[in-house]
Amino acid sequence: MKLLRNFTSYWPRWVLAFWLVLVCLSVLIDLAPDRISLEHVLLPPGSLAWLGADDLGRSIAARLAAGAGVSLMVAVLVTGVTLLTGTTVGLLAGYYGGWIDRLLMQVTDIFLAFPGILLAIAFAAVLGPGLGNLMLALCLTSWVGYARLTRAQALSLRERQHVQAAKSLGAPAWRIMRKHMLPLLAAPLVVEATYSIAGLVIAEASLSFLGLGIQAPHASWGSMLRDGVRYLLVAPHYVLAVGLSLMSVVLAINVLGDQLRDAWDIRRAGSD
Amino acid sequence: MIIKRLLAVLPVVFGVLLLTFLLVHLVPGDPVEVMLGESAPMADRAQLRAELGLDQPLLTQFAHYLQALSHGDLGRSIHSHQSITEMLLTRLPATVELALLALLIAISLGLPLGILAALKHQRWPDQAATLLSLTLAAMPSFWLGPLLMLLLAVWLGWLPVSGMNEPASIILPALTLGFGLAAILMRMTRASMLEILSEDFVRTARAKGISERQVVLRHALRAALLPLVTVLGLQLGSLLAGAVITETIFGWEGVGRLLVESIEKRDYPVTQACVLVIALVYVLVNLATDLLYARLDPRVRFAS
Repeated sequence: MKLLRNFTSYWPRWVLAFWLVLVCLSVLIDLAPDRISLEHVLLPPGSLAWLGADDLGRSIAARLAAGAGVSLMVAVLVTGVTLLTGTTVGLLAGYYGGWIDRLLMQVTDIFLAFPGILLAIAFAAVLGPGLGNLMLALCLTSWVGYARLTRAQALSLRERQHVQAAKSLGAPAWRIMRKHMLPLLAAPLVVEATYSIAGLVIAEASLSFLGLGIQAPHASWGSMLRDGVRYLLVAPHYVLAVGLSLMSVVLAINVLGDQLRDAWDIRRAGSD
Repeated sequence: MIIKRLLAVLPVVFGVLLLTFLLVHLVPGDPVEVMLGESAPMADRAQLRAELGLDQPLLTQFAHYLQALSHGDLGRSIHSHQSITEMLLTRLPATVELALLALLIAISLGLPLGILAALKHQRWPDQAATLLSLTLAAMPSFWLGPLLMLLLAVWLGWLPVSGMNEPASIILPALTLGFGLAAILMRMTRASMLEILSEDFVRTARAKGISERQVVLRHALRAALLPLVTVLGLQLGSLLAGAVITETIFGWEGVGRLLVESIEKRDYPVTQACVLVIALVYVLVNLATDLLYARLDPRVRFAS
C-alpha cells in the first residue's frame, strides 16, 4: 500500500526526469533525428526502430527526443521571461494603485479579451514562422496571468504592517516590492508557473501544428502530430507515439502543480 | 450596475480594435511584399498598398478602419477579392453549430460527473472522475481529435473521418471540443458542489427530513450552478479559439478554418477580421453572462 502511495505521488517526477534525461542524451549523442531513409518510410514499431519511422523514414523515437528538447526549452524560457515581466507589471499596479494600476489593468484586460491561444496565433501569423517568432508570440501573450495574480496579492500585501513599516522608514519602492512583497508572492507564482509550463508545451505544439512554429526538417511535437494526422490511416503508430508523449509530459506537470499547490495550501481561482 | 458594466466594456472593445488593427503593422518588413511575394510587379504593390490604405498616416488608417467597421465592412480578401464580411457570414453558422453542440456535450457530461464526484467525495467515483478530468486536460484537441478519429472512424467505422458531407460529420469535431470543456466543467461543478454541500442551509434542509435527492437537486444544485454560468461564458469563448485547430483537423469549414487558411495564404486582412470577430464574440458573450449572473444571483442584484 505504501509502495502504491509512493508511486502516485512520485510518478510525475519520474516522468519528467525521464524526458529530461532523454533530452540531455539527445544533446550529447547524435540520434540523427533528421536522417532520411526512404526504405523505412512509415515503418511500424519493431527491432529496426523502437517506435517506428515517419513519412521520410526518420526514427520517431529520435525525433520525439529532439522535439521534447524544443518543447521544454520554449516552455521554460517563455515562462522565465513572462514570469519576470508579468510580476513586474502586477507589482507596479498593485503597489502604486491609482492611474498606474488603472492603465496597466486596462492593458491586461485587452489581452484577456482574446480567448485562449487566439492572440498567440495572430502574433505568430504576422511575425512569420520560426522558433524565435514563436517564442516572441508566446511571450507577448503569456505574461497576463502573472500580472493579474501578482496585482491581486500586492493590493492586500501593501496594507500589511511590515510593508507599512518599511515605507515609513523611507525604504525605496523597488526595495519594498523586491524584499518585502515578492518573497510572500513566491509560492503562488511558482504554482502558477508550473501550470503555465504545461500550458506552454501545449501552446508550442498548437502553433507548430498550424505550421507557425519551428520549421522542417527540425522536429517539434506539434509538426509531428500534423504529419501523423496526415498518415493516420496507414501509420496510426505515428500519432499515438507523439500524442502519448505530449500527454505524459502535460499530465505530469499538471499533477506536480497540484501537489505543490496542496503542499503550500494555495487556493487558486477556479480549482478545488 | 448594468450601465457600469456596459461602460467598462467600451475601452476593452476599443483596445481589441486597436490591437487587431496594429497586427498588420507587426509584419516584419513590408507587409505588401510579404502578401504578394517578392516577384510581384511594382504596379500591383502600389495598388494593394493604396487599397489597404497603407500609404496613409497610421492615425488616418485607424480612423478609416473604424469608419468602415461601423458600416460592417471588413475589407476585401487579397486572394479572392471577396468581401470579408460575406466570407465570415457564410462560415460563421458552421462554427456556431459546432460550438453549441460541443457545449451541449460538455454540459451533459461534465455536470452529472461533477455532481457525482462531489456526492461520493474521496470515494472511487470521485477519484475516477478526477483522473478522467486530469487526463482530458492533458489532451489538446490536436491529440484528442486524431485519437477519436482513429477509434470511432478508422477502427470502428461508426463515423465519417472528416469533411462536412454527412450530418454525422459534426459528431467527431464536436466530441473533440466538448470533451475538453467537459473536463473543466466537471472540476468546477465538483468544487462548487463540495462548497455548497458543507453550508448551513443544506444541513438545515437535511435536518428537516427532506429526502437526499431533494436536498441535492432542489437546494444544493441550484446554488452550485450559479458560479458555473460565468465559467460557461468564459469557456464558450475558448471553444471558439479551440475551434481553430479542431476545424483544421476535421476539415470543418468554419471561421477557425478560414483563419488558418488565411494565414497559410498570407491573406492578412482576412486573418485580422477572423481574430477580431472571435475576440468580439468572446467579449460580448462574457458581458452577457455577467449580466445574466447578476439577474440570477439575488446577492449581486441587490448589492448594487
